[in-house]
Amino acid sequence: MKDIKEILKERILILDGAMGTMLQRYKFTEEDFRGERFKDWEHPLQGNNDLLSLTQPEAIAEVHRKYFAAGADIVETNTFSGTTIAMADYYMEDLVYELNYESARIAKMVADEFTKKEPNKPRFVAGSIGPTNKTASMSPDVNDPGFRAISFDELRIAYKQQVEALLDGGSDILLVETIFDTLNAKAALFAIEEVKEERNIDVPIMVSGTITDASGRTLSGQTAEAFLISISHIPILSVGFNCALGANQLVPHLEVLSTKSEHAVSAHPNAGLPNAFGEYDETPDQMAEQIKEYAEKGLVNIVGGCCGTTPEHISAIAEVVENFAPRQF
Amino acid sequence: MSNRSEIPTTNNQQPTTRYLRLSGLEPLIVTPETNFINVGERTNVAGSKKFLRLVKEEKFEEALAVAREQVENGAQVIDINMDDGLIDGKQAMVKFLNLVIAEPDISRVPIMIDSSKWEIIEAGLHVVQGKCVVNSISLKEGEEQFLHHAKLIKRYGAAVIVMAFDEVGQADNYDRRIEIAKRSYDVLVNKVNFAPEDIIFDLNIFPVATGMDEHKLNAIDFIEATRWVRENLPHASVSGGVSNVSFSFRGNNPVREAMHSVFLYHAIKAGMNMGIVNPSMLEVYDDIPKDLLERVEDVILNRRDDATERLLDFAESVVGKTKESKVDLSWREEPLQNRITRALVKGIDQYIVEDVEEARVAADKPIEVIEGNLMTGMNVVGDLFGSGKMFLPQVVKSARVMKKAVAYLLPYIEEEKLLNPVTDGSGAPGKILMATVKGDVHDIGKNIVSVVLACNNYEIVDLGVMVPPEKIIAAAIEHNVDIIGLSGLITPSLDEMVHLAKEMERKKFKFPLLIGGATTSKAHTAVKIDTQYSEAVVHVNDASRAVTVVGDLLKKETSQGYKKSIKDDYDVFREKFLNRSSSKTYKPISAARRNKFKIDWKTSEIVKPNQLGIQVIDDLDLNLLVPFIDWTPFFRSWELHGKYPAILTDDVVGEQATDLFADAKDMLNKIISEKKLKAKGIFGLFPANSVNDDDIDVTLSAVEGRENEQFTFRTLRQQLERREGVADYALADFIAPKESGKQDYMGCFCVSTGFGTAELAAKYEADLDDYNSIMVKALADRLAEAFAEYLHKEVRIKHWGYASNEELSNEDLIKESYKGIRPAPGYPACPDHLEKLTIWDILKVKETIGVELTDSLAMWPAASVSGYYFGNPQARYFGLGKIKEDQVKDFAERKGMPLEDAERWLAPNIVEV
Repeated sequence: MKDIKEILKERILILDGAMGTMLQRYKFTEEDFRGERFKDWEHPLQGNNDLLSLTQPEAIAEVHRKYFAAGADIVETNTFSGTTIAMADYYMEDLVYELNYESARIAKMVADEFTKKEPNKPRFVAGSIGPTNKTASMSPDVNDPGFRAISFDELRIAYKQQVEALLDGGSDILLVETIFDTLNAKAALFAIEEVKEERNIDVPIMVSGTITDASGRTLSGQTAEAFLISISHIPILSVGFNCALGANQLVPHLEVLSTKSEHAVSAHPNAGLPNAFGEYDETPDQMAEQIKEYAEKGLVNIVGGCCGTTPEHISAIAEVVENFAPRQF
Repeated sequence: MSNRSEIPTTNNQQPTTRYLRLSGLEPLIVTPETNFINVGERTNVAGSKKFLRLVKEEKFEEALAVAREQVENGAQVIDINMDDGLIDGKQAMVKFLNLVIAEPDISRVPIMIDSSKWEIIEAGLHVVQGKCVVNSISLKEGEEQFLHHAKLIKRYGAAVIVMAFDEVGQADNYDRRIEIAKRSYDVLVNKVNFAPEDIIFDLNIFPVATGMDEHKLNAIDFIEATRWVRENLPHASVSGGVSNVSFSFRGNNPVREAMHSVFLYHAIKAGMNMGIVNPSMLEVYDDIPKDLLERVEDVILNRRDDATERLLDFAESVVGKTKESKVDLSWREEPLQNRITRALVKGIDQYIVEDVEEARVAADKPIEVIEGNLMTGMNVVGDLFGSGKMFLPQVVKSARVMKKAVAYLLPYIEEEKLLNPVTDGSGAPGKILMATVKGDVHDIGKNIVSVVLACNNYEIVDLGVMVPPEKIIAAAIEHNVDIIGLSGLITPSLDEMVHLAKEMERKKFKFPLLIGGATTSKAHTAVKIDTQYSEAVVHVNDASRAVTVVGDLLKKETSQGYKKSIKDDYDVFREKFLNRSSSKTYKPISAARRNKFKIDWKTSEIVKPNQLGIQVIDDLDLNLLVPFIDWTPFFRSWELHGKYPAILTDDVVGEQATDLFADAKDMLNKIISEKKLKAKGIFGLFPANSVNDDDIDVTLSAVEGRENEQFTFRTLRQQLERREGVADYALADFIAPKESGKQDYMGCFCVSTGFGTAELAAKYEADLDDYNSIMVKALADRLAEAFAEYLHKEVRIKHWGYASNEELSNEDLIKESYKGIRPAPGYPACPDHLEKLTIWDILKVKETIGVELTDSLAMWPAASVSGYYFGNPQARYFGLGKIKEDQVKDFAERKGMPLEDAERWLAPNIVEV
């Protein structure tokens, strides 16, 4: 299989779109989430999308299949909340290894199907590492700014477990994404370095931050460039932004990364900003038209979608960027 | 330079521009075009007395203001350092950083995490999201540790300051600087793939123009080494603390400012690109007068053999008279009052008698000399001290001059009184009774406060040490005092103070009570003492505050208002404190025991002592102790705060510390050469096992004639509810339990260097020389601690022998990096003093070496140290914290003592309910 680093020099790679948006279409009930195995679980499980890798594995495989068919080179594993920290909401800390392992295995299985069919276009699996639901450098209590709900070490240990399972399950890439607190990401990167050293392996790492609003900063207050400097200490494949904003709003921040970064640049924005009902209603064509600007300006090497995006969006994006050369780096 | 081409690159990630990039909330990129990067250092407890105080008092709001002010004034990076013996550096670092991070106007700049302790650095790296600078690492402890730390720093994503320091020592010439820099760089870049642009060298800025030949090249060597580093070690930066270079011109700011800018001018040209500079201590290079510039450049660049002398001569003219030369007696030509004031301010007692005599002859009555001339001078001293321009050792010297003057005048005053018996009792603004309470023998702090108050014209009635309450009450009535000041160092003294407050209430006294001493606190004063006495009770823990507090209490204009505000303040404080303490939770002693610190006795190494039994050291050569002296607490006892030896070059107190240190060395030589003090010690090593979780049984099987004697140490266990996975320690955890079937061992000891102290101090006091009297006591204390350190080492290496091949420097000893511990009853791991009685029984301390225990279990002579030895490699120091009533009850039963007695002894450690 061709090295992803080489392919990145040749063309703009396509990342998949939203998993959650697709799963909503299945209208899974509490029973569906539980499946046979967790029918007696003491706590409600509806909404635990990561769990569907165990209880509805066919649905997960089908979503991956649709994205690959739409033109994606890389799909993300269904593991956005796959840490003991995030799974504590469902009292499923003990299942974390299995969830990540199975999710990676399913994605890898589907990727291999496609690579076999189209050997000239190898497909990759990115193990998705979400931010958890706690922040290491902000206090959840406005009256006690010095308080922290989670420590670096707690994050590092949780991430390490997730990373090991994602790699064991067959992930080709690790994607630390939706970073709203850079310190959380640094703990994840620290854990990845530990695993790399212990296993004596190298694995491509994608890092993707989140600019939360018009201030142009992450939730933890960093500018795009400060964020870039803070995560540049280990060798990474790409750095980029995802979520929170639509494709248009991301342009100025991608421009910063594009000028300042020595690495590949990625972007997977939302399908616009949410409407009054919290839904994303930007159409595939509207979104693709904005992504075209990225390609014209030579800002990116990897593009895809986040909240509200579907295989139709990815297909439209893939079609648009096909004609453009990737950003040089 | 073969390594130039060897900088590793990761295939496609070779940056086109390898600049040092740092970040807070915003980026900071150091390019050839950026000007010199200015690092703010006011948030450094070692460099800023104010910041240290704020951190100690947990005034984090104000500490944040210090950080904010620095950033507002242009610091591009802020250095944060919490290395101080009196604060928990790790906790303070994390707490302060967490608060800094929450302030975007501060945390926009990158942070420099500064500590000599790796655990503090790592704790700091755990809480900062941006790319920091670690300050610092070096080859001092060898390559292995250096690389290990560098690898972690890289993984945490920080840049690093590398000190020019290796296993041999600190680089102090050109060759050593480049040798260490090159070696550090090569191993960082080649062995851990450290990004070369993330390496910043601190090449050691040392003073020039000190008068010593070997210092002549200090500046030029730094500058040339900087040039070499920038030319030969690609992408690395060079930093340093600039104010050191002008150290020898302390007090002469025009010259210092010129030296800083000249130094920077040349160092920056050579490639120095960041550093710690106080912007207010910098002259604009072009504004330096040409003649001064020439002389300063001669010194910095070592251009002439007589450069130092020429600059010194010139410096005199720059500051005029403030620079004093030894032979300059021109001040003797000045008017009488100026001479007297100068003698008092400078602490010169040589001419005071003749000057006072001149004043007496001119005055109507001899008392006028005290009330007029001398008080005028002492007011100047008081003002200077109050505004931080004089330091405690100087004030004590001033007092010595004052006492001499008064002693000379007294006979004339008596004579005058006989001639004109008037009833004029005025004069002194107040009379203050000072005493160290019953059972306590420590008086250095009390004496210092007495001296300083006396300097401010208060009359002092000093009752000395171990003063029973009835004597204090009687003396207060007899002398009709205006204030009582109580002092104490050991915890049982706290109860004595409470008792005395009750007595004062019962006697319906109407004057204020001052509380001071190492063991006292505002919390204890507010909660326990203030509630017993209707009049004002004030906790005062330093001499300079004592003056203002006493003034506010006694001056008619302020008295009422101040007393009321103090009462109110303590009310509020008490309420807050009680609320705070209730927020912590404690577990039952049974649960704490289940969660004890577990050593795996199957695998844990137990070394049988080479020599079991008791040994006596009758008269140890004091010379052996000198290398073991920890000087930092010595300076602290004189209220000079900072670490030795850095304190000697401190911006604020360096000069005073240097003077004091010289006097201390003189006195130490005298003590040693004339055998003024005698060092005696006793220690024993015994078979021991822990029983019933918290007790340690010790048998004297190896002691001739006492083979059947057995003793039990009762230890106390932590009960504060802490996070999962943290054990609840008791000292007994470090000794193998009986049921393990393993024979374990422990030891105990008592050492003293106090024999002779009281006599020597009394001799100086009789000479009206409080300065040297306090000096003797402070040194005796240091020698006793040094003795304990020395003996512990002998025990580790020889008598017990579990660390027979350890090699530790004195610095390591102070940092407690040795194996095994020597906790002392009355200190954090075992705060109850009762076990001293057991040590005394086992070793027969009093009978053998003569160190006694007072009613409150303080040791007499005061310069003594006693404690236990634990040899297990996993033994560590810890703080007991508060314990619950259930443990107190259990403890009383184990000791076979009434519960009330146990409660009284353990009072400071029992949780308030």
